Amino acid sequence: MYWDKEHETMPREELSALQLQRLKSTVDRVYRAVPFYRQKFLEKGFEPGDLKSLDDLQHLPFTTKQDLRDHYPFGMFAVPLEEIVRVHASSGTTGKPSVVGYTRNDLANWAGLIARSLAMAGGARGDVIQNAYGYGLFTGGLGLHYGAELLGAVVVPVSGGNTDRQLMLMQDFGTTMLTCTPSYALFLAEEGEAAGLDFKKLPLKAGVFGAEFWTENMRRELEARLDIMALDIYGLSEVMGPGVSMECPAQKGAHVAEDHFIPEIIDPDTGEPLPYGSRGELVLTTITKEGIPLIRYRTRDISVLHPEECSCGRTHARMERVAGRTDDMLIIRGVNVFPSQVESVLLEFGETEPHYLLVVDRKTELDDLEVRVELSERMFSDRVRELEDLETRLRQKLLSVLNVNARIKFVEPRTIPRSEGKAMRVMDRRDIK
Amino acid sequence: MKVRQISVFLENKSGRLAEVAGVLGANKINIRALSIADTTDFGILRLIVNEPDRAYRELKGAGFTVGSTDVIAVEVADRPGGLAGALQVLERAGINIEYLYAFVQKASNAALVVFRVEQIDEAVRVLQENGVRILSGEEVYSL
Repeated sequence: MYWDKEHETMPREELSALQLQRLKSTVDRVYRAVPFYRQKFLEKGFEPGDLKSLDDLQHLPFTTKQDLRDHYPFGMFAVPLEEIVRVHASSGTTGKPSVVGYTRNDLANWAGLIARSLAMAGGARGDVIQNAYGYGLFTGGLGLHYGAELLGAVVVPVSGGNTDRQLMLMQDFGTTMLTCTPSYALFLAEEGEAAGLDFKKLPLKAGVFGAEFWTENMRRELEARLDIMALDIYGLSEVMGPGVSMECPAQKGAHVAEDHFIPEIIDPDTGEPLPYGSRGELVLTTITKEGIPLIRYRTRDISVLHPEECSCGRTHARMERVAGRTDDMLIIRGVNVFPSQVESVLLEFGETEPHYLLVVDRKTELDDLEVRVELSERMFSDRVRELEDLETRLRQKLLSVLNVNARIKFVEPRTIPRSEGKAMRVMDRRDIK
Repeated sequence: MKVRQISVFLENKSGRLAEVAGVLGANKINIRALSIADTTDFGILRLIVNEPDRAYRELKGAGFTVGSTDVIAVEVADRPGGLAGALQVLERAGINIEYLYAFVQKASNAALVVFRVEQIDEAVRVLQENGVRILSGEEVYSL
């Protein structure tokens, strides 16, 4: 289902023309209004008038999360505070968060993109959307909320947490769509099953999951256990929030809303743009934002872009499921390891609940990787030999996928910390600076 | 002629065994026999209790990874060589014993031993043919 057919299916040539026009306007505005960009452009010897085609984008400077932190809280805003009607902030794990401001138009565009995303997942008026993303500074809760309202659905602003209540509302209200992080959806599935709930008997039909990495295997698991179609929504607060890209039911990558953002893939080491189809770091330029427009924002997310038209009829390029982050990537004994790889191995085994934690230590000058896995009933045996066997098979599989020897440690259920928002996957205890 | 054994996965950290015992105690479930197999990283607690169904449910409800397996309870004479007789019977029949452990209490002047074997029906048959007494689940639970 299209929400904005004109833009969603716009021929790519027209789309490029629209992008160029909007990019020019954005570049003009940031040059005039944001000292940071004026300075950066001057350093590069670039003036707004030099922007003749979309190819010239590669001559523009990058923006990083650090730049946002350095200009905390409002230093990157391109409009006076009088124009800003809301702020959000990203979950800064250390130090100050990065703050983003939205004008009234920004919020309207964002709601439109969320309505577009929900419609893509089959949402329409009359749907009951249980929004279990956290409400607050995090963009997930309010972002989904206003888009779902614009769509005309019945929004249940339950926010994250309180699982018993979530399950009760889901049954009593006849929730048809669930929006939350995939790890929380899995947690709901587990808790529901433990309480004897049969999801097949509920009207739940789709899940729009995002804000953290998940794998194809996890998708299959969620679809089977919750009896839904599970789709990936992507976004990051710096750029807008969820809705930057959204998967259609073809499940062949998420359509980047190219009428609002220009995506690029670059080599994270050299910064060079890479052609379509190459794997690299996703870089996004906002072309309609007013509050805090960003030029070539380095997302640190690893993906691949495909511009070919999709079977759903949409022309917007699709980005592959994010395989990891350049800064989440662990380097263990010189080998790049992404937590998502470990997750896919565990799920492939089909014997494990995907609750795991990577613990990295440095012992006698050598990195040591321990993979803690919660032992499920399916994997458990009263015989030591069988458990040791499972351990060996898991270790071998991880070795073949990661090229790193890991120790497997089985732990009791629910002992690995789960926040009800994002799952904790890595504990790096190496102290080497 | 089978007895239901409950097994519980335990990480090697202090207090876990006490918690299992606590859950059973709070639910007034009586332990008839137990054994622990441990490796450097984890332990497996095996239990014979008077109410296996309830023990399974309660332990699971308390968040433990719980399993359930059939074992046999064999009565052997409480004198030197008593156990050897039963073991020889199984060996002659080519039945592998995964593990075994003894009961806490005795029934009269015989000792009770739990056998965990792969071919459980076969084991029951040969032991009985050779005059070894095997206790039923009901007999064991109500000891």
